[in-house]
Amino acid sequence: MRKSLLALAAGLLLAGSVSAASAADKLKVGFIYLGPIGDLGWTYQHDLARQALVKELGDKIETTYLENVPEGPDAERAIEQLVRAGNKLIFTTSFGYMDPTLKVAKKYPNVHFEHSTGYKRDKNMSTYSAKWYQGRYIQGLIAAKMSKSGVLGYIGSFPIPEVVSGINATILAAQTINPNIKVKIIWANTWFDPGKEADAAKALIDQGADVIMQHTDSPAAMQIASERGKLAFGQDSEMIKFGPKTQLTSILDTWGPYYIARVKAELDGTWKSEDTWGGLDSHMFAMAPYTNMPDDVKKIAEDAQAAITAGKLHPFKCPVVGQDGKEVECKGGANLADGQILGMNFYVKGIDDKLPGK
Amino acid sequence: MQLVLEKRAERSNTIALISPLIAIVLTIVTMVVLFAILGKNPLLALHAYFIAPLTDSYSLQEIAVKATPLVMIAIGLSLCYLANAWNIGAEGQFLVGAVAGSWIAVKTQGTDAGVWVLPAMLVLAAAAGALYALIPAICKVKFGASEILTSLMLVYVADLFLDYLVRGPWRDPHGFNFPTTAEFDPVATVPLLIEGGRLHLGSIIALLVVAAVAILLGRTIKGFEIRVVGAAPRAARFGGFNSNQLIILTFAVSGALAGLAGIIEVAGPVGHLQPGISPGYGFTAIIVAFLGRLNPLGILIAGLFLALTFIGGEQAQIAMKIPLDVTKVFQGILLFYVLACDSLILYRFKLVFPNRQVARGAG
Repeated sequence: MRKSLLALAAGLLLAGSVSAASAADKLKVGFIYLGPIGDLGWTYQHDLARQALVKELGDKIETTYLENVPEGPDAERAIEQLVRAGNKLIFTTSFGYMDPTLKVAKKYPNVHFEHSTGYKRDKNMSTYSAKWYQGRYIQGLIAAKMSKSGVLGYIGSFPIPEVVSGINATILAAQTINPNIKVKIIWANTWFDPGKEADAAKALIDQGADVIMQHTDSPAAMQIASERGKLAFGQDSEMIKFGPKTQLTSILDTWGPYYIARVKAELDGTWKSEDTWGGLDSHMFAMAPYTNMPDDVKKIAEDAQAAITAGKLHPFKCPVVGQDGKEVECKGGANLADGQILGMNFYVKGIDDKLPGK
Repeated sequence: MQLVLEKRAERSNTIALISPLIAIVLTIVTMVVLFAILGKNPLLALHAYFIAPLTDSYSLQEIAVKATPLVMIAIGLSLCYLANAWNIGAEGQFLVGAVAGSWIAVKTQGTDAGVWVLPAMLVLAAAAGALYALIPAICKVKFGASEILTSLMLVYVADLFLDYLVRGPWRDPHGFNFPTTAEFDPVATVPLLIEGGRLHLGSIIALLVVAAVAILLGRTIKGFEIRVVGAAPRAARFGGFNSNQLIILTFAVSGALAGLAGIIEVAGPVGHLQPGISPGYGFTAIIVAFLGRLNPLGILIAGLFLALTFIGGEQAQIAMKIPLDVTKVFQGILLFYVLACDSLILYRFKLVFPNRQVARGAG
């Protein structure tokens, strides 16, 4: 009796779940955001791209987003809610949505998913990311030129490969200008927490850093650097209004062209699962104008940008020497292989700090 | 003429019963005004929040999944609060339970360990949560340290400990250095109740916990003791009840339940250990406990209701583009009204006409 009751309940539940499918003429495109759309950093840039998408294809698509979705047990539900609301192409815009996206993708094979910065894919789940380390390399050159104390301050979010490769690219670049450059690193253990980011910036400046760089998402560090009369780099978005005399440049996430291309593919029926890792050459990100620096420094930055875009300069050109003094195996011919950068788990020589978890 | 709050001679049981209802009605009225100001149709918005999630099985399952940890933690907290012991650190006990249970999952990964894995994880998680909760309880009893502060501060210790483990020793070797363990093996995963759904065994466990605590409070001497110590400490002392012993006991039980909730969440909906496994369950459960008037059945209803606002909030975001902040404002307003209405249980409004002659004489 009990078993049959359970079966009945299950049957009712399943019957109910089929009814939600909706028929809409426009293609529904959904977005899952990590932060609030007003974070002026990571999520803000994704939302700008969504707006660009609407501007370009607004007559053919309808977009929906869920903001502030934590990377925990709630993510799977949030993604599934978008599926159930009829979205056919869903962008999940943070690393922590990887497993939840995969789970939902397996459950709904007819819906297409685009996951940003992860490494797991499926027939209906693509990944996309940008080679930000290229931009970090340019920032390293500028930082070494502009620093009077020879000490750079770096606010890390989490010691994951994307962030570690950014630190390494920065230092490798800076060493070409000043072989004795020092970097102080503080791990904020958050992507977005203006209070913590500001505290980190203060601590770094107190330790002698006069150029602040960040891999966290808010403009708080820029504001502190500005108050203290130091220099800083923005992150994700244009932050010059928070430091008109402070910002040197900023790595701008420009997802718009990618989003438009993927949605067009979906509309044409040519969408297929891909792994996109684009750099300066494919406009996955851009550099904000080089400001608050003399012309010779600006020229160094612009030349490096042109060389990287043209494929003539690679930040991880072999030989790369690790912190332990040993040369890193060069799996990519003249440069480190993409896989080595995507899984980067070591500091290069010259960083006087210990990578957390090592 | 003046409107003042006057203490009632005795607590009003009628108001105690209807005060949460008044609070909900006031909340809804406020929300209608808020939706109107935002330019959204209030009726459609209320429908998206409260009705739509109840109309299909998927949302109902999600409500149960979301409510499960909230109810389980809140039930434990209610025992503490009834006994006047202020455990604010359920979040930490939740995390420690998750870590302890995950230890077995991580160590047995890929070893063909038998079906004992999941039960062992649950038991160990509950034990770890209880032990972790005993730290503030013992500090309170032995040294008089404020359990509010110590239990709260231990949340951060647990949080950072978990962080350390998943970034260091327990990190998935194939995970590109990202801070997470590998996915748990099937034997280390809480089974689903419905194929293809998300409802899991944890929800049943939560219901059993509610029933067990209802029996404990309503039908046993221990339950009576807890309520007397909280409500009338002096009388309890004359009655020979040992309040220190009760602090230890209620902290241990609430820690065990929070720890159990932690491992169920990790081995259930999440599937692996990672930072951020709790979106603040341990703190939200405090709201659930009070919203449910520290009564097991009330807590079950309050947990489901709060879960409904989360799910409904998402649906309102999708269907009507109502910002997430509105959901948070909504939860805040609700708690505000609940606390405000509760003051009517012990107090009542009264109009006072001051005696002018006395006032003049004094001047």
